[in-house]
Amino acid sequence: MTRHEKSTAFSRRALLKAGGALVVSLSAPIVSEDADAADGAAAVAIKPPLTPDQLSSYIAINADGTVAIYFGKMDMGQGLAIAIRQMVAEELDVAFDATRIFIGDTATSLNQGGASGSTGVQNGGLQMRMAAAEARRVLVAMAADKLGVPADQLAVTDGVVHAVNDAAKKISYAQLIGGQFFDVHLDWNGKIGNPLYAPGKAQPKDHKDHKIVGQPIPRDDIAPKVFAQADFAADIKVPGMVHGRMIRPPVAGAVPVKVDEASIKQIPTAKVVWDKGFLGVVADKEWDAIKAMRQLKVEWSQVAPPFPDQAALYDHIRNAPTRKREVGKEAGSVEDAFKSAARVIEAEYEWPFQSHARMGPGCAVVEIKDGRVTCWTGTQKAHFVQAGLAATLAVPQEAVRVIWTSGPGSYGRSDADDCAMDAAVLAKAVGRPVRLQYMRDEGMAWDPKAPASIHRARVALDAAGNVVAYDFLSKGFSRIDVNTNGGEPKDTLAGQTRGVALKSGDGFGFPGDSYDFANKRTAWETIAPLLDRASPLRTAHMRDPVGPQIHFASESFIDEVAAALNADPVEFRLRYVRDPRDIAVIKAAAEKAAWQPRPSPRKDQTGDKVTGRGIAYAQRGATRVAVIAEVDVDRSTGSIWARKVTVAHDCGQIINPDGLHHAIENNVVQATSRTLWEEVRFDRNGVTSVDWQTYPILEMAGAPEQVDIVMINRPEIAPSGAGEAASRPMAAAIANAVFDATGVRIRRAPLSPDHVKSALS
Amino acid sequence: MAGPDKKAAAHMEERRTMTQKFSLNVNGKDQIVEADGDMPLLYALRNDLGLNNPHFGCGLAQCGACTVHLDGKPTRSCVTPLAEVGNRKIVTLAGLGTPEQPHPLQTAYVAEEVPQCAYCINGWIMTAAAFLRDHKKPTDAEIREALTGLKCRCGTHMAILRAVKRAAAMMG
Repeated sequence: MTRHEKSTAFSRRALLKAGGALVVSLSAPIVSEDADAADGAAAVAIKPPLTPDQLSSYIAINADGTVAIYFGKMDMGQGLAIAIRQMVAEELDVAFDATRIFIGDTATSLNQGGASGSTGVQNGGLQMRMAAAEARRVLVAMAADKLGVPADQLAVTDGVVHAVNDAAKKISYAQLIGGQFFDVHLDWNGKIGNPLYAPGKAQPKDHKDHKIVGQPIPRDDIAPKVFAQADFAADIKVPGMVHGRMIRPPVAGAVPVKVDEASIKQIPTAKVVWDKGFLGVVADKEWDAIKAMRQLKVEWSQVAPPFPDQAALYDHIRNAPTRKREVGKEAGSVEDAFKSAARVIEAEYEWPFQSHARMGPGCAVVEIKDGRVTCWTGTQKAHFVQAGLAATLAVPQEAVRVIWTSGPGSYGRSDADDCAMDAAVLAKAVGRPVRLQYMRDEGMAWDPKAPASIHRARVALDAAGNVVAYDFLSKGFSRIDVNTNGGEPKDTLAGQTRGVALKSGDGFGFPGDSYDFANKRTAWETIAPLLDRASPLRTAHMRDPVGPQIHFASESFIDEVAAALNADPVEFRLRYVRDPRDIAVIKAAAEKAAWQPRPSPRKDQTGDKVTGRGIAYAQRGATRVAVIAEVDVDRSTGSIWARKVTVAHDCGQIINPDGLHHAIENNVVQATSRTLWEEVRFDRNGVTSVDWQTYPILEMAGAPEQVDIVMINRPEIAPSGAGEAASRPMAAAIANAVFDATGVRIRRAPLSPDHVKSALS
Repeated sequence: MAGPDKKAAAHMEERRTMTQKFSLNVNGKDQIVEADGDMPLLYALRNDLGLNNPHFGCGLAQCGACTVHLDGKPTRSCVTPLAEVGNRKIVTLAGLGTPEQPHPLQTAYVAEEVPQCAYCINGWIMTAAAFLRDHKKPTDAEIREALTGLKCRCGTHMAILRAVKRAAAMMG
């Protein structure tokens, strides 16, 4: 079978086979599959119903003793699948190589929240660990019964249960249950998504007994990609499939009023799909779909340009009415403390809209056949896409299957879910399976954006230079203007263009730190979106949602206070940071970078080429990160090179040090890119960042010379998220280093050459 | 434009856009593709020949995700019209090496666990393969220079550098 044919050969049976699910439960009814009956194959059992309170929903033992793991989160390329397999193998006492994992297919996994908030190990791994521990307990109990040996006198080695004192008395997992599903009830907390938790009666192992957890087991999904043997969502082909392309308005908010179908009549098989503001084309051949998209003549409604001039963005945020205000922390009496202050220091910071700008724009394949819907997508949240497709197509959720397939990177609510919904609308309209791939301009200009914001910080000092009060306010567009997933039509372009009203949510965030100031207030305020429908500047989650924004401000500001007091930036932080793990990461980074105490800025440099160093730190959930950036600044060009970056990172127990190292390193580079280069450009009509020239990111020439990473392992502490934490303090570390080098404080991101040059002149 | 020139230009334009048969030598195998002459090579590889490895990233030759070798030269297939391929030999990532006979860069990529999402790797590997073929024992600065113009959104640049240096050492 050629690879080309392979991708057309999807059937549920083939997938279940591949999924290692050919195991029958004697207790659950055996159900034959329509598809299999139709092709004359023998009846094949399928999994019992997927319910969160059943062990079989997470783990099964195949006839050959291998362990099938069904996981409802996704691995976006950070090695999560390996980490989960390690955690399950550890608890079950099977070899790592005996595990198989099946991820993000709504037919085989529960909604565990998808890729979300760096909870893959923290929440998803915890659940799988508990399920595996329970599976081991049940298997050992079964073995005790069969062998006539009390459970407490049994041990498990590589999937074989044996008597501690008599090696001859043994039975394997495969012999005990291989090929049958567990029928074991779990104590489900009634929640789905990230908070889903369903432990059994078993306790997981003591970390001191871990042999597989903590090992640097390499990823096995890399070789197939390097040898061009793995399919991405963009590579899926199904029989009868046509190609779709979308057409977006020249002025955001405009809708088609006249579509001249004759303008593409010379393009073979090209068809128009038009429904209110939704406009797309399909054709049998991809190139024909692209040509039809380019050549279709459309008359658009006249609408007022919806956006301010970009130069007025931050004034707009300052002046816009606050839609919602939330106070995170209020200790003491902040206002009183400022009234009696000996000295007040204050500053304001600005952060632009940023784009996910994925390597490839969104792509999805949707097939609607015999009342059933199948979607292949690189979404982060397959189960929410399932719900979104059901709502978009007005079919029951049970009729929809979403199969997560690798996509082009993913850092939050990208264009993936919009694309799946658009593809579904096209597929329904033309009665054929549709593969829709967005074009590059859609990937930048039309994906949900990380919100732009301003941040005001001030401290009150007493006469001795002690901080007696701290006040921090973020004001900006909401992180959930559209939701974190495409689960409802109100949150997708397909929904909004076809008339479903946006219900813009409110959310922002607070600094994550343990600075102990006697009087302390942190707050945020959100403002309304610039356009209330199908907006290219709609805002949502992008990697470490609002973390880079907030901590660019909060950690730059701490540095400003330290400089005003002529204090060393590390020493000043340690004066006020109280959490022992926070202190540990700051000290570890300083030690690794051989930090020499002195105040910023340096005063010993002349000429255009100067260097500096800066530190910043943050908590993200239970994870702590400190970063020291050492930068070269060219005053004549404004260019900055983050030459050396030192990271100290504590996310509790480390499951896989290799995976963690890569996750941290990649965060460092991407966050450096966001800090130095990334800003969505727009004019009054729409977004003008449409490609890599108008939305530049870090190039190889700008990659650091050296990234040193100190991973603090705390096996006694539950693992917390590592997928985005290191993104959080990067911007401030770089800005603080630029200040150290130049004596100039840059309070607006990105620190691109033109911004820096004008700030320095 | 004079009459005959205009006529010739129109004829060329017609040749570019009309559906015709193209013989392509891809990964050592001759294959026929029937398509418009202005269709970028990328779509012929992906849709007509089933070679999914070159990816659509931008369609503008700005990122490299679609890179293949044409007679050994890294080329962005997303902006290369079929009519301009001629009889040049096309090699894609799938033709660079196999698990049994890997290119040193493929070995190095696996050893260094380079990719996060891996969508971009055609650009980096195919560009670096040509560079390392022509430049033995390159310096760090030369490698960075050679790889400028490629994009990796996941930020795997440090691992890419390690892998290219590892492959360079393997290639002597």
